[in-house]
Amino acid sequence: MAEAPGEAIVEAKDLELELPDMNARVLFGRRPRVRVLHPVSLSVRRGEILGIVGESGSGKTSLGRALLRLHEPTGGKLTFEGRDITHLDEARLRPLRARMQFIFQDPQSSLNPRRRVAASLEAALALRAGRLDRKERRRELEVVAEQVGLPTPLLDRYPHELSGGQRQRVGIARAVITRPHFVLADEIVSGLDVSTQAQVLVLLKRLAGELGLALVFISHDLSVIRNFCDRVCVMRAGRIVESGTCGALFEAPRTDYTRTLLDAIPLPSPQPGWLDGAPDTAACRS
Amino acid sequence: MSVPLLEIRGLEAALVRPPHAPLLRGVDLTLDPGQVHGLVGESGAGKSTVGKAILGILPKAIAVTGGTIRFAGEDLLKMRPSRFFSLLGRDIALIPQDPMSALNPARRVGAQIADGLRLRRGMRGAKLREKVLSLLTEVQIADPEAVIARYPHELSGGMRQRVLIAAAFAVDPKLVIADEPTTALDVTVQKEVLRLIRRMQARHGTGVVFVTHDLGVVAQLCDQVTVLFEGRVVEQGATAAVLAQPAHAYTRALIEASPRHDRPDSGMRPIPEHIITALKAERVHGGEAADG
Repeated sequence: MAEAPGEAIVEAKDLELELPDMNARVLFGRRPRVRVLHPVSLSVRRGEILGIVGESGSGKTSLGRALLRLHEPTGGKLTFEGRDITHLDEARLRPLRARMQFIFQDPQSSLNPRRRVAASLEAALALRAGRLDRKERRRELEVVAEQVGLPTPLLDRYPHELSGGQRQRVGIARAVITRPHFVLADEIVSGLDVSTQAQVLVLLKRLAGELGLALVFISHDLSVIRNFCDRVCVMRAGRIVESGTCGALFEAPRTDYTRTLLDAIPLPSPQPGWLDGAPDTAACRS
Repeated sequence: MSVPLLEIRGLEAALVRPPHAPLLRGVDLTLDPGQVHGLVGESGAGKSTVGKAILGILPKAIAVTGGTIRFAGEDLLKMRPSRFFSLLGRDIALIPQDPMSALNPARRVGAQIADGLRLRRGMRGAKLREKVLSLLTEVQIADPEAVIARYPHELSGGMRQRVLIAAAFAVDPKLVIADEPTTALDVTVQKEVLRLIRRMQARHGTGVVFVTHDLGVVAQLCDQVTVLFEGRVVEQGATAAVLAQPAHAYTRALIEASPRHDRPDSGMRPIPEHIITALKAERVHGGEAADG
């Protein structure tokens, strides 16, 4: 399907992550820690889109944050372009930050509401280009706006003045303006209408191809994953339970869990018997 | 022909403040008893507004400006308020979108399910408790005795939604308005909740207006479907027929924009600009929704 895959950009080997348990009530002393990721291994190559799918609480967002080194892994090894970054400190990570970027679910809350779009993009641009004069900055912004299909007059608006689709384009522009090699997209289309969703995905796919990005695409939506990603990892309770190319995994899922997830998605054409059978009591115990 | 359970004719709604932007522009809809009718469309299509207009719970900024909403023959919009309120929570009930904000966080869930039965059916004491427990069993909640004493935050999202379904069906309503009740749920939980709504609705013979943006949910759950665009009915009919052979280009485009996990290279086609432009133009010329 895709051209010959490039070199591995991000590689996780037996990555483990423990985080403080926010549900525990502690008065004194350390919070107990919960294991969020059991050893997880994956790699993303240049020009490849890797989907990560799972239900809420499966650890997909934590995995994403660990890949970006927003969390420090408690075990295993993480490499970025061949360099071990598992325990790198923030000062030494900073020069790498421009090359590893992220797009979040809701740009409304990740963009500063009191800054015009241009100001937010300039802050990201400074990561890559340092000091540029006003004209040069504006030029860079116009180039990126063009790339993501954002009309340039919108650069001077505030985030709340844009539509959901436009805001997501700003989110994408903010990520690609630093010329990253690795981009993490976490549930970026879940709040959007199907048509806007399609627009955003078509755009991101084109950019990922043009820029040769290693793209990790986190989503709860297997229908989107199948049509957007090259490979997919299915997560459950902090583990990858199944992974493979989209073609293979969707045609012949190997685990019951993946089958259950697939069966649970209603298709936009009637599937006789889909709603038959007694609702499952066990599924609601928690 | 018997009287339809719900008959909406030419429903119009608009913002109260100038410039009085219209939100509904003449919506027609007929629901027979025991049927599930899906209202589907993109954001801004007015699907939730229709649901809220039926229940009389439109935000203060929005007002109904025309049309009729007949419930079992009686116009809800012209009814005396006291009569209208006696119908709400007895003959007409709501399954809301967000169970966390619909449930009172400071009251135990048992008491909240009991409200409708106490106020509308006059039940008290042991009989009331009995009924609440049997409702929770009916919505497949394991260990209902323990659950009635819990607070909403102690339950998972799926459990809360089940509690709300129990509360909605408690009073044996004839009509239930379900406003995107599964949007925030994981797919496996969504499937259970949809099954439950289908089963409760069939068992109680309830008519359901189901608001959703998900064509998949419509395909599996709804007998009839209405496709809305900017407050107007674009297409309406039996679900299987509309989805298999959409008469309107917009419906077709909406289906083609939706990705499917059983087919590669499906979805991902944005609705073409010319379809949107044509729909907006129809509106300007003020004609009826011309299909085709």
